[in-house]
Amino acid sequence: MITELGHFTLILAFMVAIVQAVVPLIGAHKRLPGWMAVAEPAATTQFVLVAASFAALTYAFVVSDFSVQLVYLNSHSAKPMLYKVSGVWGNHEGSMLLWVFILALFGAMAAWFGGNLPPSLRARVLGVQAAVGVAFYAFILFTSNPFLRLDVVPMNGQDLNPLLQDPGLAFHPPFLYLGYVGLSICFSFAVAALLEGRVDAAWGRWVRPWTLISWVFLTIGIALGSWWAYYELGWGGFWFWDPVENASFMPWLFAAALLHSAIVVEKRESLKSWTILLAIMAFSFSLIGTFIVRSGVLTSVHAFATDPERGVFILGILVIFTGGALTLFAARASTMQAKGIFGIVSRESALVANNILLAVSSLVVFVGTMWPLVAEMAFDRKLSVGAPFFNMAFTPFMVILGLILPIGSMLSWKRGRAERVIKQLVPAFMLAVALAGLVWAMQTGRSMLGPVGVFLGAWLVSGATIDLLNKTGKKRNYARLLRLPRADWGKAVAHGGLGITMLGIAGLMAWDEERVLVAQIDEPFTVGQFEFILKGVETVRGPNYVSDMAEVAVLKNGTEFSRVFPEKRNYPVQQMPTTEAAIDYRFLRDIYVVIGDAQADGGYVMRVYIKPFANWIWAGCILMSLGGLLSLSDRRYRVAAGARKAAPIAGVPAE
Amino acid sequence: MKLLQSLILSLVLALGVSPALAVQPDEMLADPALEQRARDISAGLRCLVCQNESIDESNASLARDLRLLVRERIMAGDDNDEVVEYVVARYGEFVLLQPSTGGWNWLLWATGPLGLLFALIIAARYLRGRSATPAKPDAGLSDDEQARLDEILKS
Repeated sequence: MITELGHFTLILAFMVAIVQAVVPLIGAHKRLPGWMAVAEPAATTQFVLVAASFAALTYAFVVSDFSVQLVYLNSHSAKPMLYKVSGVWGNHEGSMLLWVFILALFGAMAAWFGGNLPPSLRARVLGVQAAVGVAFYAFILFTSNPFLRLDVVPMNGQDLNPLLQDPGLAFHPPFLYLGYVGLSICFSFAVAALLEGRVDAAWGRWVRPWTLISWVFLTIGIALGSWWAYYELGWGGFWFWDPVENASFMPWLFAAALLHSAIVVEKRESLKSWTILLAIMAFSFSLIGTFIVRSGVLTSVHAFATDPERGVFILGILVIFTGGALTLFAARASTMQAKGIFGIVSRESALVANNILLAVSSLVVFVGTMWPLVAEMAFDRKLSVGAPFFNMAFTPFMVILGLILPIGSMLSWKRGRAERVIKQLVPAFMLAVALAGLVWAMQTGRSMLGPVGVFLGAWLVSGATIDLLNKTGKKRNYARLLRLPRADWGKAVAHGGLGITMLGIAGLMAWDEERVLVAQIDEPFTVGQFEFILKGVETVRGPNYVSDMAEVAVLKNGTEFSRVFPEKRNYPVQQMPTTEAAIDYRFLRDIYVVIGDAQADGGYVMRVYIKPFANWIWAGCILMSLGGLLSLSDRRYRVAAGARKAAPIAGVPAE
Repeated sequence: MKLLQSLILSLVLALGVSPALAVQPDEMLADPALEQRARDISAGLRCLVCQNESIDESNASLARDLRLLVRERIMAGDDNDEVVEYVVARYGEFVLLQPSTGGWNWLLWATGPLGLLFALIIAARYLRGRSATPAKPDAGLSDDEQARLDEILKS
């Protein structure tokens, strides 16, 4: 009954979205206030309906209603409650429902917080947003309906893939989708601005918070996914340049570019058409990502429910929206007059450089991801493009970005003086060179990767610190730091976070140590500067798995400082073994222990890794998202949001 | 026929991401330097039945066969390039995780540099225009809109 209600509200939401996509857009075109005013209540209604639909599906999973096909295929009565809930989006149909739920959520938020938008712009934004929604409702209802019932109700379900039964992964998709789908709002703003034929500073200010929040969610989502890969897949890899990872990384790069170029629109009224283009591209890459994951054209570890029909449908959505928006852009971009003039050496130019590096690096990822497909279709060559290519082709862009970032972020608007900024940054440069030299002297190999990473990390963190200290004035009035706009703090924290992530990645890749061996119980072995003793292995029973759990003592200089418990689990329902690595997390390095099969002649296969600076990767991501949130909480956005109370006076007259 | 069998078997094993218990102690070469070379080579070779995993990371049995093959070639005295050539000759360029630069692949490798060059040229032209043009009179906003904009930007 509740399942049918969910199905029904989803169809209703589809209908409401059609109305919301048609009526306000016509109203905005013909200047009919009553028609435009339909958008806001429609957005709210649509959100409530999808929320009810999503709740109904969640309920079916929570009570393990196996008469619903989707629940039967992806759940099991013995599964812990957290994974019953996360099972809702651990499959194709449910994740698409989550997708439209978030799409409607963002649409409703744009309606609620959009009180200070000009009425026609608001109507257009909500109309375009609903048009995207219509496409995805149709996709769900016609190709991937989650509410289908089974004629014969099975006794129990087939369980969720055990690898997905993990807290990190339970929350990875929602955050990623919040980011992906959040970019739809920027897309709607861009298309609405093209329809209006005008982009001004206020537009830049409205778009920026949405970009920021999407980027923050994408950052958290990607970081969670990579952390999960690190501890779950059993050898400490954190990034594989897998097509699906690339699919989430490209929108992230574009969102990063967009949130910087929107600053230029807001402060200086330049780069307008470029910013519009970026907003269109950012969401288009979200759609491309969806296409890559769902169509299975590029096989990947993540591809669930790949199906040609669905792929074609999403390709259609992609062509209509991206193609339509780009056509509109081609027709209208010339009407957008840039106003601000600025010199070659200026903050504006630095942000242009930022945009170039982010956009071109994203192009490299895109071409690399699609190349196997292109090569097979055009040149009849079956080839692979893997991590070594991306590491080589992508990394230089990030190194250049890191090098110029502290300088660019301190140049003044309009006309900057490079030599002044460089003079201020000398201490940061010296510190970075000294640290890089130190680690170069300390390391055993001759790899430049580690020192370069340390240099960039130190350069970015100290550069961000100097930028903040500069704002305390000549007399170094530190109390002023607390009164700085939060956007300044956000900038410093996010840029510092980027440096820490770069250091972490370089450190981990340059200096990790590994040892694979057969360990005998109570016979010590050494890896790096640590000694390990396998104390024993016993069988433990979990809620829906059986586990061989080892006990390993970790010693340094003969004294034990940690005891870790790596596991090898077997999930009987899915007939699938997983390894649960045991990780001793420390500030400067992780110790990563994995237990393998028992050997015929006694002992167990073990692999032990020393992973230096691993935590720094995710700590940097946390800092980057924190920086984004600080910026988002800046007074000027809060005031802008509060301004909607005043809006009805000047705003839309009632019908 | 044996290849087909092992292919099917590995396919079964490789469905989904299986826990990586790749290199087993019994495969490893006694000489640490040679073993390190084998690891380096393996990291660049794709496991044919897996999804985007190198044979060094994969626990599919075909990956194991390839790892043993790499070690065999090393013991036979091949240098790193010869080992890779040997594997490519048997399994095609699909096994290379780092694509070659031959044929149209130059376009793939040139994407970054060419894209950057192209972007820099456009940006340079744009920036020169920006720093040269005099300020245009503001045409777009009516008084009403300007007042509204000011009000929003003031905050």
